[in-house]
Amino acid sequence: MTTHVGGEAPPPSAEELLSRPPTPAQRVHAVLHRQPALSPAIVLILAGVAFGLLNDRFYRLENLSLVAQQVAVVGSLAAGQTLIVLTAGIDLSIGAVMVLASLVMSKLVFDQGVPGVLVLLIGASIAVLAEAVNGLLVTQVRLPPFIVTLGTLSVFTAITLIYAQGQTVSLKPGAFLLWSGKTVSVGSLHLTTGVLMMIALYAVIGFALRYTAWGRHLYAVGDDADASRLAGISVKRVLLSAYMTAGAAIAVAAWILVGRVGGGDPNSGLNANLESITAVVIGGTSLFGGRGVVLGSLIGAFIVQVFVNGLALAGYDPNYQVLAVGLLVIAAVSVDQWIRSVKA
Amino acid sequence: MDGSRKTTCPARRGRNQRNRGAATGLAVCLAATLAACGSSSKPAAPSPSSSPSSPSSPGSPGSSGSSAAGAPVGVSLILKTLTNPYFVTMENDAKAAAAKDNVTLTVAAGAKDGDTQTQISAIDNAISRGDKGILITTNGDAVNTALNQAKQAGLFVIALDTALNPPSVADITYATDNEQAGKLDGQYAAAALGGKPAVIAMLDLFNNQIVSVDIQRDHGFLEGMGISPGSTTQNGQEAKSGNYSGGTYTIACHQPTGGAVDGGRTAMENCLSAHPDINVVYSINEPAGEGASNALKAAGKTAQAMVLTIDGSCAGLKLVTSGEFAADTAQYPGKMAGLGIDAIAKLARGGSKPSVTNGKTFFDTGTALVATKSVPGVTIQSPSDAASACWGK
Repeated sequence: MTTHVGGEAPPPSAEELLSRPPTPAQRVHAVLHRQPALSPAIVLILAGVAFGLLNDRFYRLENLSLVAQQVAVVGSLAAGQTLIVLTAGIDLSIGAVMVLASLVMSKLVFDQGVPGVLVLLIGASIAVLAEAVNGLLVTQVRLPPFIVTLGTLSVFTAITLIYAQGQTVSLKPGAFLLWSGKTVSVGSLHLTTGVLMMIALYAVIGFALRYTAWGRHLYAVGDDADASRLAGISVKRVLLSAYMTAGAAIAVAAWILVGRVGGGDPNSGLNANLESITAVVIGGTSLFGGRGVVLGSLIGAFIVQVFVNGLALAGYDPNYQVLAVGLLVIAAVSVDQWIRSVKA
Repeated sequence: MDGSRKTTCPARRGRNQRNRGAATGLAVCLAATLAACGSSSKPAAPSPSSSPSSPSSPGSPGSSGSSAAGAPVGVSLILKTLTNPYFVTMENDAKAAAAKDNVTLTVAAGAKDGDTQTQISAIDNAISRGDKGILITTNGDAVNTALNQAKQAGLFVIALDTALNPPSVADITYATDNEQAGKLDGQYAAAALGGKPAVIAMLDLFNNQIVSVDIQRDHGFLEGMGISPGSTTQNGQEAKSGNYSGGTYTIACHQPTGGAVDGGRTAMENCLSAHPDINVVYSINEPAGEGASNALKAAGKTAQAMVLTIDGSCAGLKLVTSGEFAADTAQYPGKMAGLGIDAIAKLARGGSKPSVTNGKTFFDTGTALVATKSVPGVTIQSPSDAASACWGK
């Protein structure tokens, strides 16, 4: 023990700093850091309360089930997008791949009468192959994901338009491909099989990310690719697998889209590329990679749709929906920055 | 006349514009690979038997009495793209008219929407080839300079479907009167309600409200129902409730659809959630209307609401027959091209210039309301009658 002359308090030792009780802000910070899906969940609940107050129709099961149906397509895409964003990548072409797959499937059934199961396999192969192209350009040609998918966005969109000849394809009611749009009613909750498919997709991807070596490697690569390589992880293989698994998720989204549209429409999925990224970002997954959970993206997709539906129910001009979603994105990224700011 | 106030362009164009936005104009790299856009020239065979199989619409190439004798007349048809059945129909009907009129037709088209460079080259080619006229669906204002040069060189320039900006760049415009198209749908809806209160869903194209067709069709529909749009430049400015020509009305919603099926469905779902008693649905085009119809089906409300739309494609007419659409107002892209060829052929052989429709700034190629159920005071065409002039497959 040293005695200080002059009566000043001694500077705190390291041990004292460590044992000091955290401030409230630090507590919140720590909780949010551990639970990336928590802040979007709070936003979703608050939004639900607010819109319920604006129009009591919002809480009707019929309306909530509509929101679920509207989320199914972008929600499934967001599951795939999450995998890519977790690797610190981004996929701007994800919606274009979905529309391409949905159109090829619809047209094969409509023009050639190819059996539904075979068509599904073809559609899934197209989605996985398209994403493999993205993955290979990122891993082998070493282009930034932003640039790669900016290019393939145009390529896939153009292929779709050329193939479709501007034509919308409507399948006959009862076609196997339309199974994803079939209504599943529980009381006055009218879900579609597409919604259930999306939930199953999240369960599978959530499990794989949390409990498999592949999932842990994905986080590791996204957090620090160099360290992962030194730790013996095949970074390229993990990256490629992330894109191809996203392709499988896109295939699910494409099937749900066919059910929703009742066929194929080359002009559908207008904003799906950006909406999927919006859902992922609002869902708390960091664009810098390595942090986030897939459940957050589902919540993020719901938040966006709840805002669109809620503001429409309350009778606001559609432009306010766009405004609200934009503000949400900025808020979400700000929270992400704050959470990442104190690494200690 | 109010209908002539603005330039015309069908929703089809709007749909493509949207793609342009989504792709953030990045399809540039692609243009390089696809630049080999269709530009084929072949003298049309004088015998109609070898003309391409195309639905020769009844009102199409008018027998203007122009003699097909003498040297062939060169005409260039320059389309936006050839990936859209709307424009493919123009090409087919132009070829049929060219064969009839002894016209040597050269067809060119942009590689994609917004591709003005290809169109400019095609205009230059038309001048150097000594063509007598140009028919163009413009991809943008960048073509104006070349078109002015063409006019100076003595070519007659006809804008098809979309007026140029300013419209005077073309000698004349052949287009659909979109306000009239919306009006026909509105009149049909008002008559079909027969005095019942109307709860109306307005499914528009975009929420930026800057595309002229979006405003013209929306306002035309409201006027057709006897409701004042409340603005000449914006959608959604009408009184939210009041009286239409047959009784009282409520506007349930104005929602953007992007002119696509999924957009139409989501918009209709949200409108229905807020107003389960909607009984009139205006939709900007057929895909949006199809999405609305899907939403009504899923909600088990097809019987309570009528969907009214605009396009007149062959696929759309089938949906009128099957009852998804109560009414579909048809427009005639093939007629625009066919009449355009006729006009240039006639002019080149010493005939008079074509003139605009009385009271309008353009030549109105007409619209017709297609429906299965007749209502008092509205002229309808049956889907089977309309099928002879429909476009697409």
